[in-house]
Amino acid sequence: MKKGIFYVSILAIPLTVVSLGMKTSEPEKDESANRIQFVQKNKAGEKIFKQYCATCHQLDGGGVPNIAPPLIQTKYVLGDKNTLIHIVLNGFNEDVEIDNQHFSNPMPPFKSKLSDKDVANVLSYVRSSFGNDASAVTASEVKAIRSGK
Amino acid sequence: MKKYIILPIVLIIAGAFFLISFKSKERAKEDLNIYKNLSGGGNTDLVLPAGFHASLIENNIGEARHIAVTKEGDIYVKLLYPKNGKGILFLKKTVGNKYQVSGFGNYGGTGILLNGGYLYASSNTTVYRYKLNDNDEVTDPEHPDVIVKGLIDRRQHNSKSLAMDNNGNLYVNIGAYSNSCQVEDRVPGSMGQKGCPILDSAGGIWQFKADKLNQTYGDGVRYATGIRNVVGLDWNNQSNSLYVMQMGRDQLHDLFPKYYNAEISALLPAECLYELHRGANAGFPYAYYDQIKKKYMLAPEYGGNGKIESNKNYLPPSLAFPGHLAPTAVLFYTGNQFPEKYKNGAFIAFHGSWNRSPEKQAGFFVVFAPFENGKPTGKWEIFANNFAGTKDVISPRNAKYRPCGLAQGPDGSLYVSDDTKGAIFKISYNK
Repeated sequence: MKKGIFYVSILAIPLTVVSLGMKTSEPEKDESANRIQFVQKNKAGEKIFKQYCATCHQLDGGGVPNIAPPLIQTKYVLGDKNTLIHIVLNGFNEDVEIDNQHFSNPMPPFKSKLSDKDVANVLSYVRSSFGNDASAVTASEVKAIRSGK
Repeated sequence: MKKYIILPIVLIIAGAFFLISFKSKERAKEDLNIYKNLSGGGNTDLVLPAGFHASLIENNIGEARHIAVTKEGDIYVKLLYPKNGKGILFLKKTVGNKYQVSGFGNYGGTGILLNGGYLYASSNTTVYRYKLNDNDEVTDPEHPDVIVKGLIDRRQHNSKSLAMDNNGNLYVNIGAYSNSCQVEDRVPGSMGQKGCPILDSAGGIWQFKADKLNQTYGDGVRYATGIRNVVGLDWNNQSNSLYVMQMGRDQLHDLFPKYYNAEISALLPAECLYELHRGANAGFPYAYYDQIKKKYMLAPEYGGNGKIESNKNYLPPSLAFPGHLAPTAVLFYTGNQFPEKYKNGAFIAFHGSWNRSPEKQAGFFVVFAPFENGKPTGKWEIFANNFAGTKDVISPRNAKYRPCGLAQGPDGSLYVSDDTKGAIFKISYNK
């Protein structure tokens, strides 16, 4: 997946140059803009991940045995987005069992540290990294959970 | 004229102080890279001093925490989680170096020890005792005595490690169910709870009677406090005192980035060896030991900023190791097989770190610290290295093995357990 992001970013540069320089038709222009946005969004997500998440969940998303759960191919990450958003905003201090392991450390709440956009970025990054391939999370989805709807 | 002399002198002194502090930081880093006098050993990838050999005697038996070896050379293993419903494994020696594996006890946990004709083992809330026959086999595995029950288990730092003295007392670690007693645990910037309530029932070592049934907090003594979490502890018969290895607090940088950069947070605070006597206080959560400054510093949760010393008289560590290496066992070597310098010294297993990111993780080795008359000489060296199988451990999951428990065999060999998939190593010396 990391390779994928790399190729997209490599592609994005000439596409931007081409689209800016050649006045191509409207749909293509939109597509390249979307790609740039996607890459930038994941960069923003990656930055937040490294700052707030990587100590416990590790840079490769694999977690720490018996201490912090992995973020790779688990129902918590790939399943219901609302549950995942809720965990990041409000923290999580319950027994989790993944592959017969339990994890001791609490997840702190991030609602006062991260904006709706930050949470959307970092969760989109997590859901599309480390071999995960799930859909992005939007700021409006985060906003809805934050406001308790 | 005078001021022209004073200025360079001041500059030289300031420069010297800068160099000293820089050097000590460098030295603290170098402490992790001691590979001198080490050679390959036995049929494993472990790196050992010349003349030592290691063999892998079992593997994939389950997450093996602490271990105890009988006078017959059989091995009891406490598993973190029960495997096929068995939380204690009994590895009985058959022919050659083969073992027959059986199990009992339906609970996970860490602590296990042999003493006075009994096997003691702990879950995360309870200490059990099993009667042994003359061959050190458990006579009634289904009906152990309950020695201590009702100890707090809030998942974090919940292992109940065990040690015994020579007067029938049992020592149990009860780890703090928190990183640093913040109002909101592990939340960046959250301050410490006033008069940390965790210390009433955890964050210390409790003493119980080894032969009295159904004890709980009220029957025990809070023997020492201000100790965040201990997994490794052992009684020293020369000093007649308990030695414990504390796991220092995590995440100085994550929680207080304005005071600690990631680099210093990877080294601080020290993992401390303490000699405990009744009433000792090692400062948790109010202070932590800085092995570079060689001082107790006020914790940032309680008004510290990395520069303010604690003004309290906390127990000085007997040895201070670099941060986050995660000591999980202490064993005083009383055997006759190893060379003289090892006699009565301490082997310490370091399980390996998880929170030195973005630096590489460190630990995954067994250290030897020589002792004289029950006190450490101040030196230490890596004794058995390369459990990880690589020097580049980014995440602890990259480590092939993680040393956890230590035990001494009847012939003076050293046994080391691994709690990744469950390996048991035997380290011997034959010149």
